Amino acid sequence: MTPQNLGTVNGDDTRQGLAEHIQYVTVVIGSQLFGLPISQVHDVFVPEKVTQVPLAPPEVEGVLNLRGRIVTAINMRRKLHLKPNDSDQGMMAVGIEYKGESYGLVIDAVGEVLSLPRHEMEANPSNLDFRWAEISGGVHRLDGRLMVVLDVDRLLSSLIEPKAA
Amino acid sequence: MFGAPLSIEWVRAMDDLLREFLTETNESLDVVDVELVKFEQEPNNATILNNIFRLVHTIKGTCGFLGLPRLEAIAHAAETLMGKFRDGVPVTHDAVTLVLASIDRIKDILADLEAANGTEPEGTDRDLIDQLEHLSLSADNADNAEIDEMAAAMAEEKAAEEAEGTDVYQVLERPLRPGEVSLDELERAFQEAEVEIDLPVEAAEDVIEAAAEVPSKAAAPTVTREEAKPKNPSSKGKASQQGVSNQSIRVNVETLEHLMTMVSELVLTRNQLLEIVRRHEDSEFKVPLQRLSNVTGELQEGVMKTRMQPIGNAWQKLPRIVRDLSQELDKPIGLEMIGAETELDRQVLELIKDPLTHMIRNSADHGLEEPADRIAAGKPEKGLITLSAYHEGGHIIIEVKDDGRGLDIERIKEKALRNGVTTEAELEKMPDQQIYKFIFAAGFSTATNVTSVSGRGVGMDVVRNNVELIGGSIDLRSTPGKGSSFIIKIPLTLAIVSTLIVEAGGDRYAIPQLSVVELVRVQSNSEHRIERLKDRPVLRLRNKLLPLVHMSQLLGQAEEGDLDEDNGFIVVMQVGSQSFGVVVDGVFHTEEIVVKPMSSMLRNINMFSGNTILGDGAVIMIIDPNGVASAMASHASGTLTDTFEDEQDSEEALVVDADAPISLLLFRAGSEEPKAVPLSLVTRLEEFDVSKIERSNGRDLVQYRGSLMPLVYVNEGDRHKSEGAQPMLVFSDNGRSMGLVVDQIVDIVEDRMSIEVVSERPGVLGSAIIRERATEVIDLGYYLPLAFDDWFMRKEIDSATKTRKLLFLDDSAFFRNMLTPVLKAAGYDVTVCSSAQSAYELLEKGTEFSAIVTDIEMPTISGHEFCESLRRDTRFRHLPIIALSAVVTPASIEKGRQAGFDDYVAKFDRPGLLAALKDVLTSDMGVAA
Repeated sequence: MTPQNLGTVNGDDTRQGLAEHIQYVTVVIGSQLFGLPISQVHDVFVPEKVTQVPLAPPEVEGVLNLRGRIVTAINMRRKLHLKPNDSDQGMMAVGIEYKGESYGLVIDAVGEVLSLPRHEMEANPSNLDFRWAEISGGVHRLDGRLMVVLDVDRLLSSLIEPKAA
Repeated sequence: MFGAPLSIEWVRAMDDLLREFLTETNESLDVVDVELVKFEQEPNNATILNNIFRLVHTIKGTCGFLGLPRLEAIAHAAETLMGKFRDGVPVTHDAVTLVLASIDRIKDILADLEAANGTEPEGTDRDLIDQLEHLSLSADNADNAEIDEMAAAMAEEKAAEEAEGTDVYQVLERPLRPGEVSLDELERAFQEAEVEIDLPVEAAEDVIEAAAEVPSKAAAPTVTREEAKPKNPSSKGKASQQGVSNQSIRVNVETLEHLMTMVSELVLTRNQLLEIVRRHEDSEFKVPLQRLSNVTGELQEGVMKTRMQPIGNAWQKLPRIVRDLSQELDKPIGLEMIGAETELDRQVLELIKDPLTHMIRNSADHGLEEPADRIAAGKPEKGLITLSAYHEGGHIIIEVKDDGRGLDIERIKEKALRNGVTTEAELEKMPDQQIYKFIFAAGFSTATNVTSVSGRGVGMDVVRNNVELIGGSIDLRSTPGKGSSFIIKIPLTLAIVSTLIVEAGGDRYAIPQLSVVELVRVQSNSEHRIERLKDRPVLRLRNKLLPLVHMSQLLGQAEEGDLDEDNGFIVVMQVGSQSFGVVVDGVFHTEEIVVKPMSSMLRNINMFSGNTILGDGAVIMIIDPNGVASAMASHASGTLTDTFEDEQDSEEALVVDADAPISLLLFRAGSEEPKAVPLSLVTRLEEFDVSKIERSNGRDLVQYRGSLMPLVYVNEGDRHKSEGAQPMLVFSDNGRSMGLVVDQIVDIVEDRMSIEVVSERPGVLGSAIIRERATEVIDLGYYLPLAFDDWFMRKEIDSATKTRKLLFLDDSAFFRNMLTPVLKAAGYDVTVCSSAQSAYELLEKGTEFSAIVTDIEMPTISGHEFCESLRRDTRFRHLPIIALSAVVTPASIEKGRQAGFDDYVAKFDRPGLLAALKDVLTSDMGVAA
């Protein structure tokens, strides 16, 4: 069903709990490198024909049809309070399954898959923007750049939680 | 039909042929059931009889072919009897009952057959077969005897008749042992030996008491059993050429789901291909692709419909049930079924079957009176149960109505008291409607006598549970002496709805066709043009004035000025008794769509009931007519309720009159007195099973939407219920939720909330007269900090303030609703605005205020800008202005001072706000340093 299935969503935590290394799919949002645990990434796709949802939270880009499933696309730039993407370059989206529903995180570009040692991950620096800290699981120091680990569960639950009318 | 899906092992083990037979036979039997009941009512209808005959004959034939002797024998006997009917023998009640019993037996055997992998269960059906054969024989004999002998025979054969009567009720309780002869056979042999003429069976009903005679007669030594299968004179040859009318195969739902996904992908691929071909003008692919396109479209439609079934399928058994009930209860009952073609998802269909059956039983047993009572009440003797189904606003409504006596409210009260569900005092105050609802409580049956039909007290609560399980709700109405009706409302998460596809603001939306009354084309020069009444668009439509709203405005996508008034369409909609028009830019076509639920991230937008994938692969939002209606209503009545999450588009609701009626939620908690809270503050009403309530760190919590929600009790020391479902009001703000535990949600009323007596008690703003009763108005601000510690503690309200006119400006409906009552309770005359623009207008008009309280964080014009601009105006230079802000830091306070605010208060700091107000008003015109 999903040609680019990169892994399964379930049962990975225990497996990874034992492993020394965690594999991340790296993505670029703004100019920042982010890493998503590969076990949480369902697929990668190019979002097409996104239908806007009026009255939706600003982070919601819209909904789209991905092989017969309705996927809610989340604009990660807006979620991270970054400037909107001006350039005409094609958007990419990372497909995530969360609580039985499909979401697509709209990002600038997908990078490679990195296998990083668990112990090298550092906690969020205390001066990290609170809107980032909210959804960041930690930071990896790579050669020449930093990679922020996206905590997918926190990201999505922060959006799903009811808001005041 | 089988309720349970077939397991794979079973499918493999079972011979294909046999499986097909089972499927087919079960379906045929269901049809026979229905047809027989019809036949009984119209015995002269040859078509029905032929139909039944054919079906039974087919069953018999197939059984013989498959080597199922037991089934074949019963089917044969039943067929024979029905052959007699076809020959003109009068149809009797008993005969039909017997045939129905045979059908039931066949079903039982079939079920065993399925379970035992195709082997017939042990046992004998002699009892039934004998009765059937006996009836056939007697029918023959009655024929021969002719009518002139009838009277004489009547008297003469009394004894034989009695014996025959017992015969009918004879049921063998165990299988025959070898060499043993059943009582029935003995009996029959006995009778055959001496009876030449028999009576029509109608008379057989009243002779049960003769049973005692049987043993002596049965002792007769003639035990030669005759394989008396009377010849069936009708042609067996015509057999099953017409076939079973209702053929089907069973497919796993998952297979269908998968198929559906695949088809959607196919559609997408097709669209891409079409797109490519469009770019190459003279492509040779054009024609085949067009064909592919059409086929794909039809395929998609077909697959979508596979999941849908008419609700009539769930009703199939009901005529038979009503017939049996009618006999059992000795009441003539008619069943009317309306809307059997209404389609709903097959899973929902399965789940709704049992509740429906139970409700029909209830109506027949409790609802309808005894025939004598009915006649006395001036009603026709025959009671009528009406079952109807229809789509309404994204739901399927199923109504079970009877024209009986209505619910006995006194009996319900009595029972409710006895069961300890309520107290006398509470009952006093309850509206009838609410008292009726007690019948949905567990262990509640108002039937004085427990009958075999219903009244075991496991009734309506089970029905309610089943309905709620599929996300539905159940309601009832009852009029004494006129009857009662139960209304089940099931959301059609998966149902196909016919919708009208419209365009507004460049996007397409689907409006459920059922709520669309008509379409009106708008043109500035035609008779249908949009007029305005104080900025609100209206349309003269025949003899009515129709309120209008622009779709893009409803959806917060356009400002009033941007809209093209001269062109467009008005979709005239009706929701309940409310009619209104929605202005759209264009109308495309109607399309049957399968509703998919909104993602949980978007579910709180009440303007949409779901979304769907259109034929061209695009996702489209489905407008919820109820959401539109409530948005219209709140516009119209000018209540504080704001349906939009996005405050920007509510700007047209300029000034909100704080004295206007608002929706209040009435509930009971801790004590009997009703309590109230503005409905607009309540995010949700929820019920949690008490087992879901967890205790941690000394407080009760429930898991709610992925996080822990603290529960707060109205009075300290209250406890939640010990079992069942615990109702609670959920308040959410800023991503945090709190559950206020209540005993019972009483009602929602529209009333003015004028607090007459200000309370000294924490947690209560004061008392107001709501629905002519003194009602405590709950102070939500007291409870919020109880849930989360960082919502600080509250101090007493200082109520010693003179009436002052206050202008309160906040773009958030939540805070407007929360603080307005607080300010009013503190004695201020509050005028509420939702934006700076509307505040300017008010001030411009010359309305005088003693002070202004304004939010800082507002779209378009911020509180700072608002304050600065007022300070520049000489008229307002000294008007006290207090800032409300979510952010209170030294820097922000300093910024506030620079803008000219007199004071700067945190949003949740209600005592602080009151103190600040008192301060600025007493110091009178004191400009902040």
